[in-house]
Amino acid sequence: MNLVLKGARVIDPSQKIDAPMNILIKDGKIAELGDNTDKAKRDNGSEQTKTIDVKNMIVTPGLIDMHVHLREPGFEYKETIASGCAAAVAGGFTSIACMPNTKPVNDNRSITEFIRRKAAEANLANVHPIGAISMGSEGKILTEFWDMKDAGIVALSDDGRPLMDAALMRRALEYAHSLGLPIIQHCEDTNLSAGGLMHEGYYSTILGLRGIPPLAEEAMIARDILIAEYTDTKLHIAHVSTAGAVRLIREAKKRRIKITAETAPHYFTLTDESLQGYDTNRKVNPPLRSSADVAAIKEGLADGTIDAIACDHAPHARTDKEVEFEYAANGISGLETSLALSLALVHEGVLAWCELIEKMSINPARILSLSKGTLVPGADADITVIDPQVEWKVTVKDFRSHGKNSPFDGRALQGRAVLTIVGGEIKYCAPSFKL
Amino acid sequence: MKFDKKDILGMKDLSVEEINLILETAESFLEISTREIKKVPTLRGKTIINLFYEASTRTRTSFEIAGKRLSADTINISASTSSVVKGETLIDTARNLEAMHPDIIVIRHSAAGAPHLLASLVKQSIINAGDGAHEHPTQALLDMMTIKEKKGRLKGLKIAIVGDIAHSRVARSNIYGLTKMGAEVLLAGPATMLPRDIDQMGVKVFNKIEDAIDGADVVMMLRIQLEREKQNIFPSLREYAQRYCLNRKNIALAKKDVIVMHPGPLNRGVEISPDIADDPSYSVILDQVNNGVAVRMALLYLLGGGHE
Repeated sequence: MNLVLKGARVIDPSQKIDAPMNILIKDGKIAELGDNTDKAKRDNGSEQTKTIDVKNMIVTPGLIDMHVHLREPGFEYKETIASGCAAAVAGGFTSIACMPNTKPVNDNRSITEFIRRKAAEANLANVHPIGAISMGSEGKILTEFWDMKDAGIVALSDDGRPLMDAALMRRALEYAHSLGLPIIQHCEDTNLSAGGLMHEGYYSTILGLRGIPPLAEEAMIARDILIAEYTDTKLHIAHVSTAGAVRLIREAKKRRIKITAETAPHYFTLTDESLQGYDTNRKVNPPLRSSADVAAIKEGLADGTIDAIACDHAPHARTDKEVEFEYAANGISGLETSLALSLALVHEGVLAWCELIEKMSINPARILSLSKGTLVPGADADITVIDPQVEWKVTVKDFRSHGKNSPFDGRALQGRAVLTIVGGEIKYCAPSFKL
Repeated sequence: MKFDKKDILGMKDLSVEEINLILETAESFLEISTREIKKVPTLRGKTIINLFYEASTRTRTSFEIAGKRLSADTINISASTSSVVKGETLIDTARNLEAMHPDIIVIRHSAAGAPHLLASLVKQSIINAGDGAHEHPTQALLDMMTIKEKKGRLKGLKIAIVGDIAHSRVARSNIYGLTKMGAEVLLAGPATMLPRDIDQMGVKVFNKIEDAIDGADVVMMLRIQLEREKQNIFPSLREYAQRYCLNRKNIALAKKDVIVMHPGPLNRGVEISPDIADDPSYSVILDQVNNGVAVRMALLYLLGGGHE
């Protein structure tokens, strides 16, 4: 069935489009942009064309989250590939890249193939696996990059278990670069952060919780920038959280080092001050930082230092969170709040609409070399329809994700995805939206 | 004044009026411990559970005696003997205890915030008997009671706290309590023992013990956890003792009538020299212990509804 999305404001940064127009979708591809409803009718022939009125809505290339945890295989009690994909499309994401810290770790082609097969069975969002850099993410022996690339990985990372060995990081960057795979580093010097539970500062002091200094993140970013510069390779920095990190990345970009960076909504929305009360749903790594860091993250987003927004979707079961703060797992279930929290940046005037969509579609697509994030005719019809006005309240019990661990439960937000189209098929339609 | 707190989780949450009420109540209870029959019927029929996830002799005994002197039934649970070793979560333990209808649960735990978690789960009153490096409010209250007893006031006093502030719940609770009551608090320790931004708590911070105790009315020495040596918080006990031990020489810098306090247990010759610890003209360490029972009686009384 063909689709026509009629009457929306279309924002496609890849083509520098921000204008009212209609979109014709044919055979799972974008067929045409413009005033094409009549043409669709003309071309109709035997095929059925459904016209969807999306007046007052914003239509964008399908959103891409390049940093999620789907937990399967191994931790199906937290999330499955199917439930994670359901959360993705409900949050407006048509493509997601999943981190390899499953059990077993995605460090070989058979795990990659398993993930891809499960994602195909779920048949919701496009799932792009990220392979481990080292076997078991133990930081010792490199994995078979070529073989995993053939099986479908789009990047490499030992996320959560950063490569402390600088020599191994160098080899990984060089080897990955030769086959065009980006390396994504969770930057944390684990000696500096050892035992840490929250951002180090006044609040860690009064709460009596061991601090994680911003230095732990920044020291490794500085090191990795130097390695990337020396080897002339591509490096992507995951979940940037500190002012110092933004400064280092900004300076590296000025020196034309091939570095890209992402941040997550919680790093520009929440601060360490909110940990008073020991809410384990606010325990995340890197930790929630100070208000000065939050301001710097917003500056980094505004001036292009930070290329992408990725929510670091980290679903957990209640048993992982309903314990003493010290013993609680790190992470926030983020896919279903990411867009609305990011839209706040537009409401606040930090980002223009097209800049936001860029950071949530074409930029992650470019970093991962995906032919996605665009509405150019011929591209896969991955489309997100956003109602920018709707006011709604986050209710974790309604999450599609099995992970109900969100510090945003009960928060009033503005704007959300109402229609998520993947490969020309409607994969999510908000209950409020009339097709 | 009506005392309407459900829990005692930290000094941060107590007002000046509440602190005064607790101290006055404690002072009135001191006499009970000197009687031949050290028991009043105030909390008869009440059940108090001492839930200790961390080793403790002084505090646990103090709470137990306090409960018994008020005729409450006190039950002690320690991590080594309870179902904790079988891997039961704090939440499940709390719900099970709650089902047995105690009136007050006293908890000590190595994880900061554990009493807060417990308080959010059960309807009983919770008293924090020390949580990680966060707070130890009953210790601060007994310290304040002791200072008030010896000095007649808290306001305007110069009080030095020396040692490993970073890992000390005693220091944090005392900083909150003493600054609230108008005392001037000065801290001393090597930079590795001073947590980040501690000055924002309204204290003065020094690296040399001499600078902090100069002209002090009260010197509070903190226990050095011997295992910290391995974490490179300080190079050696020998060097620490040479630079930070309270001794005859440096105590001369303090006021003539200075009192010396220590939450115990003492590392003699490390943070405090034995002749200071044992000198009754300085040391009020055993008064602290005596007052500890009275302060805990006061809290059990106020939370147990004995004053209504």
